[in-house]
Parts: sequence; structure tokens; C-alpha cells
Amino acid sequence: MTSSPAVAQRPHGRRSTPESRAWWLGQAMFFPAMIYVLAVIGLPFALAVIYAFSDIKVGSVGYHFVGFQNFSSILRSATFLRALYDSFVFTIGSQVLVLVGSTFLALALEKKFRGRGVVRFLMLLPWVAPVSIGAIGWKWILDSLYSVINWVLVRIPILHLDKFNPPQWLGEPALAMASVILVHTWRLLPFSTVILLAGLGAIPKDIPEAAEIDGAGFWRKMFQINIPMLLPILNVALLFGIVFTFTDMTVVYILTRGGPYDTTQVIPSLAFFTGVLGGDLSEGAAISLFMVPILVVVAFLMLRQAHRTEVT
Amino acid sequence: MAVVETRGLTKVFKQGELGAVNNVNLLTQEGEFLVFLGPSGSGKTTLLRMIAGLETPTAGEILIGGQDVTHLSPRERRIAMVFQSYALYPHLSVYNNIAFPLKAQKVPKEQHRQKVEWAAGLLGIGKLLHRKPRELSGGERQRVALARAIVREPTVFLLDEPLSNLDAKLRASAREELEEFHDRIKTTTIYVTHDQVEAMALGDRVVVLHQGVVRQIGTPREVYDEPADTFVATFLGSPPMNLLEADGVIVGFRPERFFPAGLLAPGGSPAETKLASQGGTRVPLRFHVEHSEYLGAERILYGILEGTRFRDKPVCARISSNILEIYAPKTTYDFAVPEPELKFFDAQTGKRIPPRPFSWQ
Amino acid sequence: MIARGRIREWFIGAGRFAVLLFFSVALAFPFYWMVLTTFKQGGDLYNLNNNPFIFNLKPTMEHLHVLFRETMYLRWVGNTALVGIIVVFITLLLSLPAAYSLARLTGRWGERLGIAMFLTYLVPPTLLFIPLSRIVASFGLQDTIWSLVFVYPSFTIPFSTWLLMGFFKSIPRELEDAAMVDGLTRFGAFVRLVVPISLSGILTVVIFTFTLVTQEFVYALTFIAPESRQMVGVGVPTFLIRGDVYFWGELMAACLITSLPIALLYNMFLDRFIAGFTVGAIKYPAVYSL
Repeated sequence: MTSSPAVAQRPHGRRSTPESRAWWLGQAMFFPAMIYVLAVIGLPFALAVIYAFSDIKVGSVGYHFVGFQNFSSILRSATFLRALYDSFVFTIGSQVLVLVGSTFLALALEKKFRGRGVVRFLMLLPWVAPVSIGAIGWKWILDSLYSVINWVLVRIPILHLDKFNPPQWLGEPALAMASVILVHTWRLLPFSTVILLAGLGAIPKDIPEAAEIDGAGFWRKMFQINIPMLLPILNVALLFGIVFTFTDMTVVYILTRGGPYDTTQVIPSLAFFTGVLGGDLSEGAAISLFMVPILVVVAFLMLRQAHRTEVT
Repeated sequence: MAVVETRGLTKVFKQGELGAVNNVNLLTQEGEFLVFLGPSGSGKTTLLRMIAGLETPTAGEILIGGQDVTHLSPRERRIAMVFQSYALYPHLSVYNNIAFPLKAQKVPKEQHRQKVEWAAGLLGIGKLLHRKPRELSGGERQRVALARAIVREPTVFLLDEPLSNLDAKLRASAREELEEFHDRIKTTTIYVTHDQVEAMALGDRVVVLHQGVVRQIGTPREVYDEPADTFVATFLGSPPMNLLEADGVIVGFRPERFFPAGLLAPGGSPAETKLASQGGTRVPLRFHVEHSEYLGAERILYGILEGTRFRDKPVCARISSNILEIYAPKTTYDFAVPEPELKFFDAQTGKRIPPRPFSWQ
Repeated sequence: MIARGRIREWFIGAGRFAVLLFFSVALAFPFYWMVLTTFKQGGDLYNLNNNPFIFNLKPTMEHLHVLFRETMYLRWVGNTALVGIIVVFITLLLSLPAAYSLARLTGRWGERLGIAMFLTYLVPPTLLFIPLSRIVASFGLQDTIWSLVFVYPSFTIPFSTWLLMGFFKSIPRELEDAAMVDGLTRFGAFVRLVVPISLSGILTVVIFTFTLVTQEFVYALTFIAPESRQMVGVGVPTFLIRGDVYFWGELMAACLITSLPIALLYNMFLDRFIAGFTVGAIKYPAVYSL
């Protein structure tokens, strides 16, 4: 990045110089976008907070401030606590799988080979298709009666599965959790892989070569050179992944609607059912605000990472 | 310390095309500083990388210390290499960078500190051990790269244009350091560069490469004063040798051997006398100066040889600033070349041939 | 010695192949399944005794016919396309100048602003949708596509600005300096010079904005109830059922048709996207040494 002496500075004197004009122009060009985004994001966010401290429902008249009442009642609700637990399980479970999977996949894709373009295309599909489309596709694959996975599993003698009582991927709590984690992982793998591939590409070629000459074998190169150099990128991919998973309601909504019996409910989907379908705006807003701490932590980590790479 | 030998070494990247390296045979001498010199694309880096084991030869053998290493991986060859970018591990401290080869070669941990400190001391970077590469200057990074290379006491050192990333001022002092370094450790070193000044300054012998073929191997004096062909003749020396072609023969003379005729008369200063005593005969040439460049320590005069059959070919002369006469543009002077300084080449092959009668008119 | 290295290499190669095979199958399988389901007759589809991986009865176009003629699928596609085009337009209008400003005109502070804008991504739709649903209703936009047109730029603008910023930064400043020496104002240089040069970057932004629109689920679900006004991402999983029964044939057909064009577009522009992403996000410490 070149630093040009003509970088606009805030104007000091009264004379209008090219630098000061540029600065004002910069502000003018930036403002519409910033105002728009702030308005459509900042205002609702403030509103959410306001709602959460009230007892507002759809059709309420007037506003009553109720303090922390909503929060305390939520924290006592078993459904909410289960949803909180689920949110973490899904996020951590899927992120671990995504990290490991995408590392393998990125390393495998790194070198050119015939058909690489095809593999890349196939591998991208889960990310590219709209979330809901992918999820509904999986719903069919995991269907209670017609699941193709069950069709195959039932026919494997070792597993001793009952043909008339196959695993209910979306009907039994533990399996449903596994399914949701699986679909989240499936969806995020391509994104993470692409980022890792970019990171791998950014490693200058001669560093692994120097390691080779220094005597490092395959595993040492992998774990002491390649992966440590990938850590900043892995970090970025992980943080994005956490945000995408933790705040997602689509997968749960489409696969299980939070069932069976709210065992796969997550915070965003609970907020939806409560606040949008149920009309209880204040409680819904309060539930969704519980995502904020995680997001703040993630934001902080991201900024720190960005600052670190800035310094170098 | 070992000797590196290549036999018939060839590398072809694309089937049917000329190889990057073609049938190179060379044999280093123990402890020498051998330079691979050539323009980009000459195959010098490919050659080096094959010796390192980073490229597989298409044909030929490589022997290090008498052992055939052609099919061995780099780690099995006990060589060390310094890359153009130094390739320091950015996430490791200087200490760990230097210790890395020891770890990789499973040297017992107790010996690490001692060896690292020895290598660091040799290069004067003992104070930098805890720093990270990004905190170092260009010269410091070179030293770390050298320390890392030397810490395993390899048999051969390979260096791939390590000075080309430094700016000009730094280059000279870094070059000096490299020379001192080699004097101290006396390991066989192969050094790749496209800079002929570097090659002449550093090399015990120079391998001149062009289009994957070795044109000449010799000491700096040999490749400069007795070039094997026109490529070597023009690649070394700046400005390059004047070459004139006629009758199936190319005759060449270096700009610094192209003198004002008066300087070659007997008597006068010791320098002049020496010039005069070089073999007596000289070829007088009328030199019409077209323009001149003042470079401080010397002047370069550009012009043509008037009254000869080469009057449309530009030639140049290099006059030391010790000579105070003015040679003005648009004027013709009596210049001359001492006859032994004329080099003859075959016009078709470019190869050097013995002197033969040559007509200037 | 030699043999060991070669065998090790072979294993690594085999391992790589296995990894690629596994992931290709695992990731692409649902789409393969969509293809099969789309063209299988109902009788074949719902017969548990049949091998699901082959066509036991002849393949049929019936599901496609039903999808196009008897559902509102095409309507949803139309709605989505319309919203997409308008949102792309709004996004370009706002993010082109913003990106230029961040790339050129605001120095250090500008980078912070850019990061701040990007951080808005960390405020998820699942937090904003409740208040936004009320805001949208109070403007009378409930159940119309205009509610989405109003809200979607909130996530397409930060992303586009960021992509474009990276892109603009890669254009040498000297070009605009030369234009200004030649008499253009800075804004003029932006419009007449930078924008035309950046057409491929702009195209990338258009594609990705459009795909972001098609992918969106939460806002569309929240703001729009009537089937005829819905977007394709919500319509397909929601309305292709009668009671509890899903019309899998038609559903999968819809999924397939919706995913394919997006996938093809993405594939064409992926490298560009990666380049834009890496310029912003990845700065390697090792780059110093080159």
C-alpha cells in the first residue's frame, strides 16, 4: 500500500486547498452510505433495546418501562436456557468440524491438478445455494420415511437397524441436534475452505522450500510452518463462521422448527417464534439481545486481529 | 566441505522446447566461491535449484561429495540455501529461525543453544535473537538467513541472488560481509547472480550461462580478458566490448583499451609506458566523437570510426579521469587499439578464434 | 532412502485423492439428490422398496410442469429478480462513492470508518427483525416487496463497499492525478475514469449483491406473508406443501432451478471475489520479504 503525500487531512486554515477539498468531497461521498446503514441498523438496534425493557406486544397501546423484568423471566425459562445451550452446541460443534474439514480440503486443493475446477465448483455448491434451499434439500434427505441415508444404513447388516424403525434424523432429540450441526457444517465448509485457500496462496513459495532444505519433512512442514502461517486467516474464517452460525435461524427453522419439543431451538429462532409469530415484541427483543455479548467478543477479536496484521 | 559435480545436467519444462538447462557439466573445487552468472532466463536459478533438490532434472546426474544425490530430496543432501527473499519464517523469532534446521535434523536439544549462539556470533547478530523477522532491516535479515544456513555446518552453500533485494548502497557493504563470511567458513559456495560486477568481485571462478548452456567457466580474469565467445565478451564489462563484423570474422576490443593514440607513445607516465610496452604494435583508428558522458571517475565517449568500413557502427571508448585532455563532440581524434587487445570471433558461431589478418578499410 | 520418500509421496497423493473424493461427494450430494428427485415419478419416489439411486420408472418432467403451472414459483422468482435489480441499483449508487472515498480520500480515519461499516455485519438480522417489522409496518410496507427493498441495502452496502474499496485501492493513484492535471475535478476523475476502469469489479459486486438478495431468508419471512408477494428463498420451503405433506418432487425441482444459475455465476466470479477479499483481509507478515 503506497502512502501518498496527498492523503487528505482535516483542513486547518481557512484557505481552501486541494487537500481540504478532497477531504470534504470524501466526507460527502461517504455520508449517504453511512447514514443509510446507520439508520437501518442503528435505529432498529436501539429500538430492540427499548422494546426489551418494556412489555410491548403487537397491538399494545403506549409504552411501559419494566426494567429488567423480561431478562429475568427469560433466564428462568427452561426453553430459553435450552436454546442458549443449543446455540452454543451448534456453533461450537459445527465450527470445530468446519475448521478441521476445511483445513484438510484446502490443503488437498492447493496444488493444481486435472479436474480441480470441477471439484471447486462442486465444493462451492452448499455455500452458493440459498440457505433455505440447501436446508430443505437436507430435509428431504433426512425425511422420517424416505430418507435415502436410512435406506442405505438399513441395508448394512453390521448396523442391525430395524427396517421399520429407522433413525429419525429430525425426530429424535440427539439425532436432530446432530443433523442441524451437520447441515451448518455442510453450509460453511466451502466458505472456510475458500478463505483458507486464499491464505495458503499468500504464503510465499520459498518458505516451505527453505523448510524443506532445512530438513523438514511433510508433517513438520505442515504443523510448524504452513499451519502457523495460516493462523491469522483461520482466525478470520473461524470468527465469521461463529457469527454466521450463532445468529442463524434458517437451518433450524426449516429442518426442525426448533423441535422435537424445543430440543433444537436456538436463540434467533426462539426470538422469531416469540417475537414475530407470537407477537410478544418485548420478550422476543430481549431474547435476541442475548446474542450481543458473543458478537461483541467476536468484534473485539476481529479488530485485534486486523490491528495485528496492520502493524506488520 | 564437499565438491559439487554435475554431469550432463538438463532440465526441460515443456516438451519439444529448448531446455531451461542443457547438458551442463561442471565440477567445483573444494572451498571455492563459484558464481553462476547470466541474464534472466539463462537457467542459472534452475541449475541451482536442481543442485538443491527443489527441481528434478530431466537428464543427467548431480554428485555432492562424490555421492550421487540426483534422486535425493533436499533434506537428504546436507546443503544449505539462502533465497533471494531470505525466506525467514515470519512467525518465529530469530533464535527459532536459526534453530529450525537443528530441530528438523533432530539434533539433541542440549546442543541447540550453543550452536545457535555460535552461528549468531559468527554473523554478529547475537543481540537480535529474540526479535521477529519483520522487525529487522534488510542487511540484518541477510545475516539471519546466513546464520540459519550455516548452523548445521553444511557441506555446500547455495545462494540465490541474495543481494538483489537490497538497495544499492547496502549492496556494497552486504557484498563485503559475504566475502568475509566465506573467508571465515571456507565452505564450497555456489552463488547465482545476473550482476556481472558482483560476479567478478565475489567469485573465485565464474560460470557464464546463456539459454541454459555454459558458455565459459573461468576466473574473473579469464572470462573478462579471454572471453570464450561473443556472449561472454559482451555480457561482462560495462559498457560492453565493441564488436565489428566483416569477412566472416568478428573483431572486438574493450572500450577501456581504446586509447587516444598519443598515450601509446613510449616515454611519459608509468601508466602510459606500461600501455606502450604491451606488445608494441597498435591499430590506429580515426575516432569521430559524437557525444560523451561524464561519470566522475571516467568518461565514456561515443562515436564512430571514420575512414574505415565500419563508419556506420557506433563504438565507444572509456577514458579514465586521470587523463586530462578534452575530447569534444563533433571532432575527430587519432585513437588506437593495442593489437594484442583485439579479440577475434567466428561470425557464425560467435566462438573465439585465434587472431587473423583483418582489414579495416 | 529413496524408496521411503517415494512411498511416502504415494501415500500423500492417495490421501489427497481420498479427501477430495469424500468432500466432493459429501458437499455435492444434496444437489445430485435434487436432480434425481426432480425427474422421478411420484410412484418411484415414494416407494420404499425401490432403489433410490436409480430411475426405476421412467424419468418424468411432470414435477417441472406442476411447478411452473400450478404453483407460484415463477411469481416468486419474478419478485426476487425485481427486488434484486432495484437493490443492486441502490447499492451501487451508495457504495461506489463510499468505497472511493474510503480508498482515496479519507486516510487513516477512513480505514477505521471502513472497518466500522463492515462491523455492522455483526449486527444480525435475527436481532433487528423484530423492531424492523414494526418500522416496516408503520410505513405501510408490510407484505410488500418494498419492505425488502428498503432493508436489504443495509447488508449489501457494507459488503459492496468493502469489495469495491479493495478494488479501487489497486488502481494506481497516478491515473487520477494525471486526469486532474489534464483538467478534470476529482469527482470528475472518479466518474469518468475510475468507474469505467473498475467495470469488472463493479460487475463482481453486482453479482454478489444479487446473490445476497436471493439468499436472504429472515427478513422476507418476517415482513411478507402473502404467497404471491413472497421471495423464492422463503416461498419454496414454505408454500410447496399442503398441510403436512411436502411436494418433494416439485420442491426439489424448485431448489435445483434456483441453485444452478447462482452456482454458475458464482463460479465464474470466484477468483475475483477471492482477490477482493484478500486485498482487504489478508496481509501477510511474510510479504515484507518480497
